[in-house]
Amino acid sequence: MEYEGVIGLEVHVQIKTESKMFTRAPAGYGAPPNTLTDPVVMGLPGVLPVMNKKAIDKIIKAGLLLKCEIAEVCKWDRKNYFYPDSPKNYQISQYDQPICEGGEVEIELPGPSRNVMGEHRMVALTRIHLEEDVGKLNHFDGDSLVDLNRAGTPLMEIVSEPVMHSGDEAFAYLTALKQAMIYAGISDCDMEKGQLRCDANISVRPQGSEILGTKVELKNLNSITGVKNGIDYEIKRQIKAIQTNEPIVQETRRWNAEGGFTSAMRSKEMAHDYRYFPDPDLMPVRVDKEWIETLKAELPELPFEKQRRYQEEMGLPYTITSVLVPDRNLCDYFEEAITDDLKPQAVANWIANDLLRELSNAGRDITDCPIKPTSIAELIRLVDKGVISSKIAKDVFLEMFASGDSPDRIVEKKGLKQSSDTGELTDICNDVISANPKSVEDFQNGKENAINFLKGQVMKATRGKANPKVVDDLLRQILTS
Amino acid sequence: MEKNPSIDIDYVANLARIALTEEEKKTFSGQLGDVLGHIEKMNKLDVSGVEPTAHAFPLENVWQEDRAKNGFSADEALANAPATREQMILVPKVVE
Repeated sequence: MEYEGVIGLEVHVQIKTESKMFTRAPAGYGAPPNTLTDPVVMGLPGVLPVMNKKAIDKIIKAGLLLKCEIAEVCKWDRKNYFYPDSPKNYQISQYDQPICEGGEVEIELPGPSRNVMGEHRMVALTRIHLEEDVGKLNHFDGDSLVDLNRAGTPLMEIVSEPVMHSGDEAFAYLTALKQAMIYAGISDCDMEKGQLRCDANISVRPQGSEILGTKVELKNLNSITGVKNGIDYEIKRQIKAIQTNEPIVQETRRWNAEGGFTSAMRSKEMAHDYRYFPDPDLMPVRVDKEWIETLKAELPELPFEKQRRYQEEMGLPYTITSVLVPDRNLCDYFEEAITDDLKPQAVANWIANDLLRELSNAGRDITDCPIKPTSIAELIRLVDKGVISSKIAKDVFLEMFASGDSPDRIVEKKGLKQSSDTGELTDICNDVISANPKSVEDFQNGKENAINFLKGQVMKATRGKANPKVVDDLLRQILTS
Repeated sequence: MEKNPSIDIDYVANLARIALTEEEKKTFSGQLGDVLGHIEKMNKLDVSGVEPTAHAFPLENVWQEDRAKNGFSADEALANAPATREQMILVPKVVE
């Protein structure tokens, strides 16, 4: 019998704000331990939580981007549990009235090769709710240390329906989700900083069956590749268990990235009983149409929408758009560089090939690029107008990157203007012709290629500054007269 | 008087991470049972026309703009901690 994996993902994304979700203590990553707290974060008696408007704006934006229904009214609930990561013994969350319901994420599955676009499909979402993050525990052999800097950070929980079937699909889903969140400035989604965290619910069932199998929760998926590998391993493990008549128990397992296997985590003494109830310290949120319209106006174009526009309206190939689109800053740069008189592809080629190569060699980011987008356009115009050859343009480009100078200035300063002065060129062509009688004879005997050698010699003599078209014309003129 | 519903005091104590003596279990079972009895009495009321509410005032959208203020120093934050190390709160080993 053939089996298939069924995967649902719970993704936690920290919302990028200056202050915390329910108090104005600063939020952030990398500060010395326990320096981003205040009486509310510490759960001291008598404190009153107050919502962060920006965090609510941003989760609504996330919901709108992912085509969720935004609830007209939502409220806050206390999730009660005792654990050292939560000083007040409950986490403020949303239980039965999440702010966003439904929705979908467009994903791209891997294509037959890197250069070919893969199949697109939609992954349905169940809900997105807002809560506060908890503190960070550092475990040692005999004890644990608690840092509460992270406690209280605005945190979205994005829950998908169990509709994915492979590690590749989960990988594509997380990649798309992450890009959308970064595009909209909702989160930086840096998994190493814990800004995006993912748990997977995984089960297997006979192919074609509608019934879900016993669900295993997989944790410790610390990178997008870890998510993919952990899921693929766990699906194989479960299928093997079924085939060998071993029971699959509902449990939480941990992905061991170094060893490449999952193992059961020590089971809790009892099932979770969070005793949710409405938080009496917090008032409900009411979202009206006007608020939604304001936020809609601030939404960016989604990455896949941008990719379709680049391919369909600008005629860019997938090989280029798949390089540009994942990085919004790169796209902004590209869009600043293009003008009506230029072919978008010419601009895109310079950025996707030459510029990215130089940035990578210099260990720099596009936001810290020494070349202004308008200078790329200027460089292309110099080639289009025949002022410099495309070969010289490569050198000018390197100089632009090194000095930050405009291409005009560099061409002027270094005397790189392409020579179309036929007087001077005629002399050089004549010299080359007398120096290479063999090639001349070949050409005159009908060997068309021979002229390329002569052209090369002329280009060499002019250090690349001659206009190839003019040289070609001149050589033919002299040789056939 | 109506008999109060029984309560699984061990379960409740475990959820709250507290250890109770037999004596305390008896006391708190009685007290919590009384509370549940009271709730049960209220459950008999017809509240079909009353909207569930957690607040006395119909306030909505009580928020602040996202501007960070200085909070506690690490020393202040850790003032109540029974033990610390490396500027963090030291707790018995907890396994996730």
